[in-house]
Amino acid sequence: MIEILKVRLKQGCRTMSYPAGPAPEMPPHFTGRPVIHPESCGEDCRECIEVCPSDAISVTGSEVRIDTGRCIFCAKCRQVCPEQIIDFSPDFRLAAARREDLVLGSGDDPVPSASSAVAKKLFGRSLKLRQVSAGGCNACEADTNVLNTLAWDLGRFGIQFVASPRHADGLLVTGPVTNHMELALKKTYEALPDPKIVIAVGACAASGGIFRTHPESSKVLADIIPVDLFIPGCPPHPATILDGLLRLVGRIDEKE
Amino acid sequence: MTIDRTLPNGGSIPLDSTPDLAAPEFRRRVLEGVTNGARIAALFGCPEGDSVRLFSILAWEDTGLLSVLSTTVKDRYPSLTPDCPQAHLFERELAEQWRITPEGHPWLKPVRFQTPMRGKSNEPLPTQCGVADFFQMTGEEVHEVAVGPVHAGIIEPGHFRFQCHGETVHHLEISLGYQHRGIEKALAGGPDKRTLHYMETLAGDTTIGHTTAYCRTIEALTKSRVPARAQVVRGIALELERIANHIGDLGALAGDIGFLPTMSYCGRIRGDVLNLTALLCGNRFGRRLIEPGGTGYDLTEDSLAQLRDRLKTAITDAEQAISLLWKTPSVLARFEGAGPISRKTAEEIGLVGVSARACGLERDVRRDFPYGIFQMAHIPIVTWHTGDVFARAFVRWLEIERSAMFILDQLESLPARPPAAPFTRQMSSRHLALALVEGWRGEICHVAVTNEAGRFACYKIVDPSFHNWFGLALALREQQISDFPLCNKSFNLSYCGHDL
Ligand code: SF4
Repeated sequence: MIEILKVRLKQGCRTMSYPAGPAPEMPPHFTGRPVIHPESCGEDCRECIEVCPSDAISVTGSEVRIDTGRCIFCAKCRQVCPEQIIDFSPDFRLAAARREDLVLGSGDDPVPSASSAVAKKLFGRSLKLRQVSAGGCNACEADTNVLNTLAWDLGRFGIQFVASPRHADGLLVTGPVTNHMELALKKTYEALPDPKIVIAVGACAASGGIFRTHPESSKVLADIIPVDLFIPGCPPHPATILDGLLRLVGRIDEKE
Repeated sequence: MTIDRTLPNGGSIPLDSTPDLAAPEFRRRVLEGVTNGARIAALFGCPEGDSVRLFSILAWEDTGLLSVLSTTVKDRYPSLTPDCPQAHLFERELAEQWRITPEGHPWLKPVRFQTPMRGKSNEPLPTQCGVADFFQMTGEEVHEVAVGPVHAGIIEPGHFRFQCHGETVHHLEISLGYQHRGIEKALAGGPDKRTLHYMETLAGDTTIGHTTAYCRTIEALTKSRVPARAQVVRGIALELERIANHIGDLGALAGDIGFLPTMSYCGRIRGDVLNLTALLCGNRFGRRLIEPGGTGYDLTEDSLAQLRDRLKTAITDAEQAISLLWKTPSVLARFEGAGPISRKTAEEIGLVGVSARACGLERDVRRDFPYGIFQMAHIPIVTWHTGDVFARAFVRWLEIERSAMFILDQLESLPARPPAAPFTRQMSSRHLALALVEGWRGEICHVAVTNEAGRFACYKIVDPSFHNWFGLALALREQQISDFPLCNKSFNLSYCGHDL
């Protein structure tokens, strides 16, 4: 017992002050929200499209757009772009409530909205989530789980992961939804009492990611059940997930 | 004893140099190898015309070499399993993927409920995933407990079927496949722009382990040399991955028995270690770090100093948090004797990694088949003899310490930055290349076979979980069903790495 108390003292309080205090610092090579410089890109140059593993880039005329719902943030496009018009900022705020808002071009509003008036009203003070991994590689799962540790302490926002769908207000889904998990996912969703919300974490859940074209995961999450929040990344940084959840339920005010 | 075609870890050989044996001879030589101390690292099929060529990769720990045996099969061959239990899941996989019948196999149950890779494409699956016959016990008061695919925590899906009498589990059957994403099928014909990313995500918690194995097969096929500094950075990243996951596992084990201090601290410290990987490449799981020919990023002076200091702090914190486990009688009472596996069983079923070393088997790719930096710097093998949850926990802690020492040593003597190694992408045609890596769960084996055009005719991935899931099933025998979460966590195997 004395030992346990001694260690307790040495470990101290480690919960971060974010969002009241400063946001956690991103590592040096972190690839956050894409920044596309408005300079026009070379005519007929399609190098970024060719190199992109997740078919996230579209070029119309000279306007480059990146679908962050598909993007795995590998930064290959930045490497090959001869005009250097694509870059990735350290900004981890990527979540959006609407799928189409994930497609970023040079002129877009910098941070798409993730808030939902309904979610704020119903779940602003208490949100119980059930997690389903449907073909996830355990990276999105791990960095969702990390929010439960005392460094992030998700519980202080009234957000909690629960063991049964019957106890949950929402589903947090990871993975491209393999055919083999489709039924279990639907059943879990149906077991949730109404009203309920669905959160897609990671490129796979948002769009199928690099498995989008596989017959083994033939449907995208949003085609199976309605999605209220998309959190891009491969995997998203825990700060990205937390920011998305907090904006969804209005714990972070987007207008500020 | 006949001498087989051998190659070192990370080597490649022309396909035609491995004789195409008759099936009975193939069987005899694999069994002879296993009797003489070899272990089946991989056993897989590769399409060849309308037949399938089987390859068996035998790992010889005493010589540090790997031997390749092969035979061409139309639709059946004599099964190895009756005389060699470690072949049982490989042969079930062969039957499922290639519609081959290993004759005499006791039970060719589906492995992943996947569509076969041969025969009519787009044929519907025979059954819904998980719908199959299970081994059943009968008798008075015998009952069955079914768990999954969706579990109570934030974990991947799988189905567990227990045959119980009262609290006691007499048999556990594990039925997987829910995570099947068709990765091996998608790799054939490659490499292409997605290949490296499949490797990063086939078991996302083992990104460094699998991308290292992949890059080494590519380097073998392209005869590329990796600069010394990149080898060291790869080694550092591999050990960081091990430390982070081991710390996370020890925290989760503490959580499963309700010992909250260690659980809370380890959850946080694990994150601190993942952030060290992020320091190398910007991603907590090591995405973008390992690339064919070297590494995607180099260590700067500043990140080197930060890595050293922050690792020391994390290990000091971990030491305090984890040593509580060994000092608390109520923890030891739950760990000791739970889910035991004997050394003999471990050997027979071919366990690898922490699970094998916890049974006293000295089995570690870093020592037995050294490559890259591990040829220069040795990490002492850690074993324990009790084969129970305690052993799997304790081995993890000892490995954390040794891996940290290794990293700190390496940071002292990082080779100077060499010029980028020229990387030629032309791969040898009709070759077989293989690479073993000691991932944090155990031996990762990748084998690439190329066709005439120098592209993948097939690409075989064996995650350590493929060897070890059966170990968990055996560990549960005659245990309390309430100990399942604890035993499961002590193995902490990958679902997606198994299901691919
Ligand atoms: S960073 Fe995103 S958009 Fe760019 S190549 Fe990678 S996946 Fe495609």
